[in-house]
Amino acid sequence: MIWNETKECMSRDEMLNLQSARLKKLVDYVYHNVEFYRKKMQKLGMLPSDIKGIEDITKLPFTTKDDLRDNYPFGLFAVPNSEIVRIHASSGTTGKATVVGYTRRDLDVWSECVARCMTMAGVSKNDVIQVAYGYGLFTGGLGAHGGAEKIGATVVPMSTGNSKKLTTMMVDFGATAIACTPSYLLYISEVLEQEGLLDKIKLKSAICGAEPWTEKMREELETRLHITAHDIYGLSEIMGPGVACDCKFHKGLHVCEDHFYPEVLDTATLTPVEDGVLGELAFTTLTKEGIPLIRYRTKDLTSITHEKCECGRTSARISRFKGRVDDMLIIRGVNVFPSQIEAALCEVKEVTPHYMMIVDRVNNLDTLEIQVELVSEYYTDEIRGIEAMTKKIGHVINQAIGLSAKIKIVEPQTLVRSEGKAVHVIDKRKLY
Amino acid sequence: MTSKQLSVFIENRKGRLSEVLDVLKENGVNILSMSLADTTEYGLLRLIVNDPALGKEKLSSAGFSSLLSDVMILKIPHVSGSLQQLLKLIEKADINVEYMYGLSIEKAEAYVVLKSSNAVKTEEVLKANGVETISPDELMKM
Repeated sequence: MIWNETKECMSRDEMLNLQSARLKKLVDYVYHNVEFYRKKMQKLGMLPSDIKGIEDITKLPFTTKDDLRDNYPFGLFAVPNSEIVRIHASSGTTGKATVVGYTRRDLDVWSECVARCMTMAGVSKNDVIQVAYGYGLFTGGLGAHGGAEKIGATVVPMSTGNSKKLTTMMVDFGATAIACTPSYLLYISEVLEQEGLLDKIKLKSAICGAEPWTEKMREELETRLHITAHDIYGLSEIMGPGVACDCKFHKGLHVCEDHFYPEVLDTATLTPVEDGVLGELAFTTLTKEGIPLIRYRTKDLTSITHEKCECGRTSARISRFKGRVDDMLIIRGVNVFPSQIEAALCEVKEVTPHYMMIVDRVNNLDTLEIQVELVSEYYTDEIRGIEAMTKKIGHVINQAIGLSAKIKIVEPQTLVRSEGKAVHVIDKRKLY
Repeated sequence: MTSKQLSVFIENRKGRLSEVLDVLKENGVNILSMSLADTTEYGLLRLIVNDPALGKEKLSSAGFSSLLSDVMILKIPHVSGSLQQLLKLIEKADINVEYMYGLSIEKAEAYVVLKSSNAVKTEEVLKANGVETISPDELMKM
């Protein structure tokens, strides 16, 4: 099944025409409504009329996460708050959140895109789908929810945190689909196994995203649960989940490119690369009203193809991600930058600025351990004192990144001091 | 009367304890008593030594986090129930014992190391009840 055959299967020429028309409109729109872009274009001596088609996109400036942070909270919004009906936010590099706003039409487009993705994953109005992404500022929960409702599926808004309830309802409600992070689904499969419920579920499809995962992990999920698992991609800056998803042939993720124009850029020159060549993914939000972004650099490494897929869709496909351009980590679906940890630790006078993050996956759940050294006079001879310190640091970290971390106090002078770029992360997971 | 206890924070890593002991041995620091409180992650080694200041200095320069803290060394009769009685006194005075460990046992007396939540008050209570604490000088002679 294809949700929107007109858009998902249009010829390449038609698509380019549509993208060209939308880009011209977008550039005109941001020039007149977003000071940030107007100034950038003026600096380059550009006028909206210089953009005559999608091929001119390379003349336009890039946008980065820093730009969103520098214009915190609403500086890049193109409409007044009276037109914004929803705010989402994700963690930024220095503790300040990246804030995005949606107009009513943006939410409609979002639901449309998620509906396309879920249809790719075989979900229809006859399905009962459990949405087990977090509901809240994170785009995962409400994003998946909107798309599933649009399809007309029976949506069970589980959110995260209660696996027992999730598995019970999966059986009792006869859930046929689930949307959650792949690592959480793997954990759920273990809970089902322990409870002897594996042969009582009716699950057939999973829409997994919000963190990188491998083909091997997909195969494992599919075998354990007798389902097909699909990779849904998105980022809050662009919209949230639903920017792209893979169909049953699993040969790359179909981008909703009538709404999000994808470019893959050479990481050194930032010029677009040929199809099949690895580079940094960038998106231009062709139809967004609330916070339209031009050539937003995702920092995700991938390659692109424009060949027609066996499923009949003609939309561009991006390959599974091969890594990140920056040092961002995705832990339990949450974006974490080492610099956030560093900034948080600087607030704690009892610890030195040296730290090491150990990221691992235990029983299919991401774990984060942070090793710190105490300033010498704060080592105590009481276990209670060390425990109180651990708790205090844990609290500060939790406040900063929204994740609980295990804090390990180590002996002084034992964390690696490196010259030049310090290594602060040991990631034992094999995600790419 | 309080004495100095030398304590060291050590991670639960193989060989770490013996490295501490190496440093003490090389510098002729003699251990009179020790207690090791351990958790899964780390341990706190508490030592009564003949020269705590020297021990701390040498351990610190070897990269260990060592510190000196005040503890009391009490002399109690070496008979059943004397420790229990001692704790009763402390409990009645509403003082908490942070930790405690044995130092040595002689024919008639036993010595215990005590760290309480309130050193001044503990001392008063002990004095009032005729419990002897020994001085660092006496400790050296033991």
